[in-house]
Amino acid sequence: MSDNHDQGGFYDTGWRPSRHVHRDEEGRPHDHPGIQEDTGLGVRASRALAIHELLVEKGVIGEREVDEMMESWSERVPANGSTLVAKAWSDPEFKKQLLENPKETVIESGFVPEHNADIVVLENTDDVHYMVVCTLCSCYPTALLGPPPDWYKSFSYRSRAVTEPRQVMSEFGLELKDETEVRVVDSNSELRFLVIPRRPEQTEGWSVKQLAELVNRNSMIGVASATKPGAK
Amino acid sequence: MTDRTNSKPAFAVGDLVVVKDETPPNHHRTPWYIKGRQGVVVEFIGMYVNSETRAHGADGLPTLPMYRVEFEQTHLWTNYSESPTDKLWIDLYEHWLISA
Repeated sequence: MSDNHDQGGFYDTGWRPSRHVHRDEEGRPHDHPGIQEDTGLGVRASRALAIHELLVEKGVIGEREVDEMMESWSERVPANGSTLVAKAWSDPEFKKQLLENPKETVIESGFVPEHNADIVVLENTDDVHYMVVCTLCSCYPTALLGPPPDWYKSFSYRSRAVTEPRQVMSEFGLELKDETEVRVVDSNSELRFLVIPRRPEQTEGWSVKQLAELVNRNSMIGVASATKPGAK
Repeated sequence: MTDRTNSKPAFAVGDLVVVKDETPPNHHRTPWYIKGRQGVVVEFIGMYVNSETRAHGADGLPTLPMYRVEFEQTHLWTNYSESPTDKLWIDLYEHWLISA
């Protein structure tokens, strides 16, 4: 949840950052075993701590489980998807596997799909352009792209993606030809979609690592193109 | 979770289908904008746990056939102005579909 959301609006709990709260290197508050730091904690944070303590006390979760979960989240980043796409651009055989047996290929590549969800990989070409939305909620391939950006979860994107997809794409800097067929994929089932964007020109002979730098998150949702060489 | 072993799909690729125009009181993931609309089956994607019963605490079994269905954007929206070639894809359980 973003700071903005925490610090304003209807759901304001009164929580404010405090210098007295223990913080890790990235500024996130955390507690130490044996130290009770409640300075500045509002209703929501106090409730979360109380629930955490109860769950541990009753043996529902282990002492370290929440920390471990947060660590596993830190491994879910868009770079995972970028690596897969760059490899698919470089290796036709890998691309074929990724398109035909996506879940198996993703797992073999070392990634664990969340909730054991199925993965579908879609390839954007000159003729067909896929763009992914979840109109009912925010289904998203977090194992490959990290947590969804706020705009992906917004009512605005979720409604406009299906009613005026080309306008939305143009706001992300992508102008498609009229002849290119747009296929908006409404993802609200047991599957998660990853888009392979078109490979930018003038990248012949680039390494997988170099190519992966061009595969930005939005291009793997299908709302934008891959980054052009030198446009970073 | 998919289970292709006991799959007995009623529809085939290319079949014209209409989405039921119903609003049951239970949890369901068929959005309103495709209800009552005609589409075409582009893929039978397997047997899937029933999210409609699982949402109410059941185990979601038996699994149900699910299809990827394509709709013409111009059939979904009045005055869709972007391009007549544009499509919408969505995955739907078999019990939401009837033959067109």
